[in-house]
Amino acid sequence: MSEQAKRPKRKPLDLNRRSMPKQPPKIRSHNFYEVALGYQVESAVEEADRCIQCPKPKCVDNCPVEIDIPGFIKCIAERRFEDGVKILKEKNCLPAICGRVCPQEEQCEETCVLSKKKGQIAIGRLERFLADWEARQGKLKLLKRKKKTGKKVAVVGGGPAGLTVAGDLIQLGHEVTIFEALHKMGGVLTYGIPEFRLPKAIVGREVDYLGKLGVELVTDFVVGKTRTVDSLLKEYDAIFVGTGAGLPWFMDIPGENLNGVYSANEYLTRMNLMKGYLFPEFDTPIKNHRQMAVIGGGNVAMDCARTALRLGAETRIIYRRSRDELPARLEEVENAEEEGVIFEFLTLPLKYIGDENGWVREIECLRMELGEPDASGRRRPVPIKGSEFRFQVDGAVCAIGNSPNPLILSTTPGLEAGKKGNIVADEANGRTSRERIWAGGDVVTGAATVILAMGAGRQAAKSIHEYLLSH
Amino acid sequence: MFKVLSSQMIVPNLHQITLEAPAVAKEMRPGQFVILRADEDGERTPLSVCDWDAELGSITIIFLNIGSTTNRLSELRDGMYIPTVVGPLGNATDIENYGTVLLVGGCYGIGSLFPIARALKEKGNRIIMVMEARSSYLLYWVERYKQISDEVVFITRDGTLGLRGHVTCLDDYIKNQETPIDMAIINGCTFLMKTGSDTTKPFDIKTIVSLNPIMIDGTGMCGVCRVRIGGETKFACVDGPDFDGHQVDWEELLQRRKTYMREEVVPFRTSGCQGHSCKSQG
Ligand SMILES: Cc1cc2nc3c(=O)[nH]c(=O)nc-3n(C[C@H](O)[C@H](O)[C@H](O)COP(=O)(O)OP(=O)(O)OC[C@H]3O[C@@H](n4cnc5c(N)ncnc54)[C@H](O)[C@@H]3O)c2cc1C
Ligand SMILES: Cc1cc2nc3c(=O)[nH]c(=O)nc-3n(C[C@H](O)[C@H](O)[C@H](O)COP(=O)(O)OP(=O)(O)OC[C@H]3O[C@@H](n4cnc5c(N)ncnc54)[C@H](O)[C@@H]3O)c2cc1C
Ligand code: SF4
Ligand code: SF4
Ligand code: FES
Repeated sequence: MSEQAKRPKRKPLDLNRRSMPKQPPKIRSHNFYEVALGYQVESAVEEADRCIQCPKPKCVDNCPVEIDIPGFIKCIAERRFEDGVKILKEKNCLPAICGRVCPQEEQCEETCVLSKKKGQIAIGRLERFLADWEARQGKLKLLKRKKKTGKKVAVVGGGPAGLTVAGDLIQLGHEVTIFEALHKMGGVLTYGIPEFRLPKAIVGREVDYLGKLGVELVTDFVVGKTRTVDSLLKEYDAIFVGTGAGLPWFMDIPGENLNGVYSANEYLTRMNLMKGYLFPEFDTPIKNHRQMAVIGGGNVAMDCARTALRLGAETRIIYRRSRDELPARLEEVENAEEEGVIFEFLTLPLKYIGDENGWVREIECLRMELGEPDASGRRRPVPIKGSEFRFQVDGAVCAIGNSPNPLILSTTPGLEAGKKGNIVADEANGRTSRERIWAGGDVVTGAATVILAMGAGRQAAKSIHEYLLSH
Repeated sequence: MFKVLSSQMIVPNLHQITLEAPAVAKEMRPGQFVILRADEDGERTPLSVCDWDAELGSITIIFLNIGSTTNRLSELRDGMYIPTVVGPLGNATDIENYGTVLLVGGCYGIGSLFPIARALKEKGNRIIMVMEARSSYLLYWVERYKQISDEVVFITRDGTLGLRGHVTCLDDYIKNQETPIDMAIINGCTFLMKTGSDTTKPFDIKTIVSLNPIMIDGTGMCGVCRVRIGGETKFACVDGPDFDGHQVDWEELLQRRKTYMREEVVPFRTSGCQGHSCKSQG
C-alpha cells in the first residue's frame, strides 16, 4: 500500500517542513495583531515543492471538503498561483480562513504520507498563502452568476455554514438573503475567534464578496423573534438554518455569578465583536484583570487565555485532563505556552470565592488523576481525595462548551430536535424533518469546526438547488 | 440603518425617541425590549419599548441619560439614523384577567408600563397606576394614564404631588384598599423594583418585575445577563425580562450591574470631548 513505492525517483525526499514566520512571543503577547505572518513566495514554493504528488493522495481523504490538495500545491510549486486559487475555490469558498483555523494536524496533514516521517506538507499554510496572494493582487474576480431562476432562499445565521450556502446558491442563479442576529456577519469568525488568530479584515473581505455577488445581507434580525421561520417561508422558497451553537454552558458551581466571572462568549464578544481592546475609543468596556483563570482546554479556552494575557493578566488554563487530551489545536497550545500562559492540568474547579463587594477573589480546585478510558476513549479524570487547594484570581472565564440556542426549535413547530438541543438534519444533504427547511453546521452537529460547517453548507446548497429546480 | 422620527427630552434627563423599525414594530408585544446602538463604535444597549405603531412601523422608547450610549442617543435629532435596532427581544408580559392590578412605575418604567397597562385594561382588569419620582416635575404621561386607569396614585419623595416618600409608603395604601389587589407589576430602576417587591411581599401579592441587568446580544449567547431567581440561574434576555419579584436575588443583581462602573466613567473622565459628544457629530 505504500504510496512512496510509486513515487518517481526524481528527487530525494525533503522532510524539512518550511517554517512560517511568526511574531516573537515577547512582542505578540502585548499586541492584538496576527501572530502567524504567512509564507513569503519563496518559502511557499519550496514547501510546495516537497509534496511528492501522490497518485492516490491520502491528504485529500481527510479534508472534509475534499480539496484537490496535490493539485493546488503543484500550482504553487510551478508558480501558477492564479490556477491554484481556482482549484481551492472549487471546493472551499473561504480558503484564507480555513488555511488559518482548520485543525490541519488532525485532518489533511495528519494523513499526508510524509507525516509518518514527521515531514508532512504544511497544507494549511499553503492554502493560506494562495488565498492571501489572491487578496494582495487586489483584483477581485467575481464568478459568473448563472441565469436568474426567480427562486428565493433565506439563510438564517451569517456564520461559515450560512455564508457557504449563500455563496453557492447565488452563483446558481437564486436570490439569497442572509438574516443575522448580531450587527455583523461572520458568526464565530467575527465574534469568537480573536483578531490575533483571524484578522477581521479577512472575514470582512469574504462577506463583502458575497455582497458584491448580490447576496442580500440583513443584520440585526433575530429569526424566531423579529420574524419566525414559518413567516419567512411565506416569502421564500427554501430556508437554510445555520444558527451555530451559541448557548454558553456554565459549571453550576458556587460563586459563578460573582463579578469577574464570564462565559467565554461574553469575554470574546466584548473583545472581538465590540472591540473592547480599543475601549474607550469604542464604547464597550472589558476589564484588565491581573490574575485570570480560564476553565477548559479547547480552542475557545486558548483564545480566552491568550486574550487575557494580551490585556496584561497572569493567565492560567485550568483543565481537568492532561496535556495529551487537550482538544485545542496543537499549534494554538504551543502558541499559548510560548506566550506565557500557565497550564494547570488535572485540575477541577470546585467553587469561586468572592470579596464583600461581590468580586471573585479566589478559586478552589481539586487535583485529578487519570483513570480508565471513558466513552470518548480518553482516560477519565478522577478526583484525588483531599487535594483541594486555592489560588488567587480577579477574573475567570468559563470555556467549557456551548450548545445550540433553542430559539429556532422553540418557534418552529414540527422541526425535529436531537438529544443535545440540536436540529436533526440529514448529514448528506442537510434536510430536516420539515419540507423546505435545511440545516447545517454547529446547530446540527454541536460545536465543531469551521470546515465542517462549510462542508455541511455546501451539501445543503446542492440539495436546495436540486429541490428548487424540480419544484 | 434606522431613522429617528422624533426625539425630545420629556422631563429633565429623560428622553423620548421614536424610531422607524417596521419589522420590530410589527411583532412587538407589551413588556418586550430592543437592543440598539447609537453609532458604529457603539455599545449594544437594551431599552424597553413604551409604545409602537405597527402600521407606521415605528417604536417609541424612553430612556434615562446615564452613560455614554444614552448620552449619544439623547443628542439624536429628527431625521438622523442609528445603525442597530434589533428585536423584539425577551418574552412579553403575561396579559390575563387578574382582577385588580397594581402597576408601579418609576423613571423610564412609567413609559415601559404603558403598553402593559393598556393591554391589561383591554382584558378587563381594574388598573391602579402608581407613578413614582423624586419630584412632581419628573412625572410624565400622566394624562395618558388617566385615560386607561381606574385610579392613578402619585408618590414623590419631596411630597410635591401625592404621597410623600418612597414606594414603601404603598404599604399603607395597600392596607386601606377595599378590593384586594390580585397582582402587582413594577418597572423602573433596580432599586425601585426591589423595594416595591419587598413592599408587596407581606401582602402575598404576586409581583412581576422587569429586570435590567447588563446585556450584550440579548439572544442568550453571552450569559452576562444572568440573574438568580429562586436559587436558579436564568438569562434575563431569553428567560425574562419578567420575573417574580419575590424570587429575585436582588443583592446579586445590584452587584452585577456594577461590574463596569469604573470603566463607564472613563469616557467622561479622559476628556469632556473625545468620549462622547463630539463623536456623534463627526
Ligand atoms: C472561540 C472559538 C474558537 C474556535 N476556533 C476554531 C478553530 O480554530 N478552528 C475551527 O475549525 N473551528 C473553531 N471554532 C469552531 C467554529 O468556529 C464553529 O464550528 C463554526 O463557526 C460553526 O459555524 P456555523 O456557521 O455553524 O455557526 P456560527 O459560526 O456559530 O454562526 C451562527 C450565526 O448565526 C447567528 N444566529 C444565531 N441564531 C440566530 C437567529 N435566531 N437568527 C439569526 N441569526 C442567528 C449567530 O449570531 C451567528 O452569527 C471555534 C469556536 C469558537 C467559539
Ligand atoms: C431589558 C432591559 C430594559 C431596559 N429598559 C430601559 C428603558 O426603557 N429605559 C432606560 O433608560 N433604561 C433601560 N434599561 C437600562 C439601560 O439598558 C441602561 O441604562 C443603559 O444600558 C445605560 O447605557 P449607557 O451606555 O448610557 O450607560 P453606561 O455607561 O453603560 O452605564 C452608566 C452607569 O450607570 C449604571 N446604570 C445604568 N442604568 C441604570 C439605571 N437605570 N439605574 C441606575 N443605574 C444605572 C450602570 O451600571 C453604569 O454604572 C433597560 C435594561 C434592560 C436589561
Ligand atoms: S480545508 Fe482544512 S482540511 Fe481541507 S485542505 Fe484546507 S486546511 Fe486541510
Ligand atoms: S500533501 Fe502529502 S499526501 Fe498529499 S499529495 Fe502531497 S505528499 Fe501526498
Ligand atoms: S444578553 Fe447575552 S445572554 Fe442575555
